[in-house]
Amino acid sequence: MAMTLAEKIVARAAGRERVTPGEIVTCAVDLAMIHDSGGPRRVAPILKRFGVGLWDPSKVVLISDHYVPAGDDETRRIGEVTRQFAAENKLGGFYDSEGICHVVLPERGHLKPGMFVVGGDSHSPTGGAFGAYMFGIGATEMAGVLATGEIWLSVPETIEIEWRGKFGPCVVAKDVMLFLCGQLGMEGGRTQAVHFRGEAIGALPMQERMTLSNMTAELGGQTGLCDPDETTAAFIRAAGAEPGDIAQWQSDADAAPSEHHRFDASALSPQVAAPHSPANAAPVADHGRVKIDVAHIGACTGAKLVDLRMAASVLKGRKVDPGVSLLVAPASRRDQEAAANEGTLQILVDAGATLLPNACGMCAGYNGTLAENVTCISSIARNFKGRMGTASANIYLGSPYTVAASAVRGRICDPREMLS
Amino acid sequence: MSAQSGRAFVYGDGINTDMLAPGIYMKHPIATIAEHCLESVDPDFARNVKAGDVVVAGQGFGIGSSREQAAEALKHLGVAAVLARSYGGIFYRNALNFGLPVLVCADVGQIGMGDLISVDAATGAVHNKTRGVALAASPLPQFLLDMIADGGLVPHLEKRFAAQRAAAGA
Repeated sequence: MAMTLAEKIVARAAGRERVTPGEIVTCAVDLAMIHDSGGPRRVAPILKRFGVGLWDPSKVVLISDHYVPAGDDETRRIGEVTRQFAAENKLGGFYDSEGICHVVLPERGHLKPGMFVVGGDSHSPTGGAFGAYMFGIGATEMAGVLATGEIWLSVPETIEIEWRGKFGPCVVAKDVMLFLCGQLGMEGGRTQAVHFRGEAIGALPMQERMTLSNMTAELGGQTGLCDPDETTAAFIRAAGAEPGDIAQWQSDADAAPSEHHRFDASALSPQVAAPHSPANAAPVADHGRVKIDVAHIGACTGAKLVDLRMAASVLKGRKVDPGVSLLVAPASRRDQEAAANEGTLQILVDAGATLLPNACGMCAGYNGTLAENVTCISSIARNFKGRMGTASANIYLGSPYTVAASAVRGRICDPREMLS
Repeated sequence: MSAQSGRAFVYGDGINTDMLAPGIYMKHPIATIAEHCLESVDPDFARNVKAGDVVVAGQGFGIGSSREQAAEALKHLGVAAVLARSYGGIFYRNALNFGLPVLVCADVGQIGMGDLISVDAATGAVHNKTRGVALAASPLPQFLLDMIADGGLVPHLEKRFAAQRAAAGA
């Protein structure tokens, strides 16, 4: 019987020949990723109650990114608890202040097609870009996984989202996801497997596919898969790992998704979401020329190397409007180094950007917050009220192109006005 | 599991995790986070809600972050059940893991702020005692009811590990 990619991965993890959407199965986990906020400080006390250790420490990767850098006594203590957990367990990986977990995990070669992976963070669908079934869970559920190596799952339906043709200039994965949130709503994914397909998706580099999969969280999908191909394999090899059998992890040609949506890539324009929901997305021109105080390029969603390059292409030879603070938090130390080596970082700094740590930072509102009543445009995933730490702030969402162009104009602005 | 009875705290669509557990309080213990639960929607919620009360909402309750403090805060404040048209996927699992019954209920429009209601998670029967109407929610599957009956995932797994140790020692 024909199966989708999601069904193939879940069936393999459940030790079954085939699975049917809606049935409850128990899956063996190939890898568990945890971070400093939902990780050791919350799971260690539960494991102690269970009286057991990690089911397989080599399958656990710990990444400190939320309370980085520590700013006070509480966050310093969280950092200590995190490092102590890493010292006591022979983990598959521990990355302290190296960048945001969703970017660091594949950058260090921990993901490959066909894996069944859980992450202790809502943006864990990012791993779906590699053809892995990766999804987010809470800390208590993670403690259960760390103790047993298992998790229950309702076998997902597959929602295919196909993009035909070719994206126009300054139209990128972020615009795709804001558009989809606007069209299908934040529950369009129905906690099922979203599967991005079509020639426009196949043409995207890995970090752009990661943005699609990442914002599947905002679309309400459990994971966001992309078809593994040579682009996937090349990225994994460059990360020092082996991609495995790419051909095995493809949907069967006659597999039936439960929904199929088809869009024309060439018809999409840069999108902006108004406060306080990614679902408030519309073409950038529809929002009027809203005056902004802060332009923010950050997070796993919007500050990878590919995102920094987008911003730099707009900012090259330009200056940020005097009334705007441009804040840039590169998503990982490696991406920042690469951006520095190729000159991208210098372009951002010359334009007037202030660099922030390689961490979640303002995106989660955990570490550093927006001032009261400011209007901000950001490349992050989510603009819920209070998201960046201040309930009175108005947060607009856009691509790094759109954020950079808006920083120069001082108002929300279509990047195609500057690059065409 | 017997039916829970309490007052309804009724909110709208899109009650997200930043409202339930605001990020700026996340470094603090659950008691502190709970004091700020839903404050951007209803500043008096944490002060007014009592053990046994029920939170009622529309679409997408708990969308957003994986931070389970969003569910834990409700549990900490004594909320006995949540009724909503739909839930964020991670929140839904988190709530059940804390032993908090979260039921999908299409009839939430027939519940007003402060109505006295009873909720039976096993059958999905919801009774609005104030208005004298019987409503329906989707019952939870048995394996999740068993976990909730144990008090959530942690006590549920504690039982399993204790049984394994007993079997190994026997």
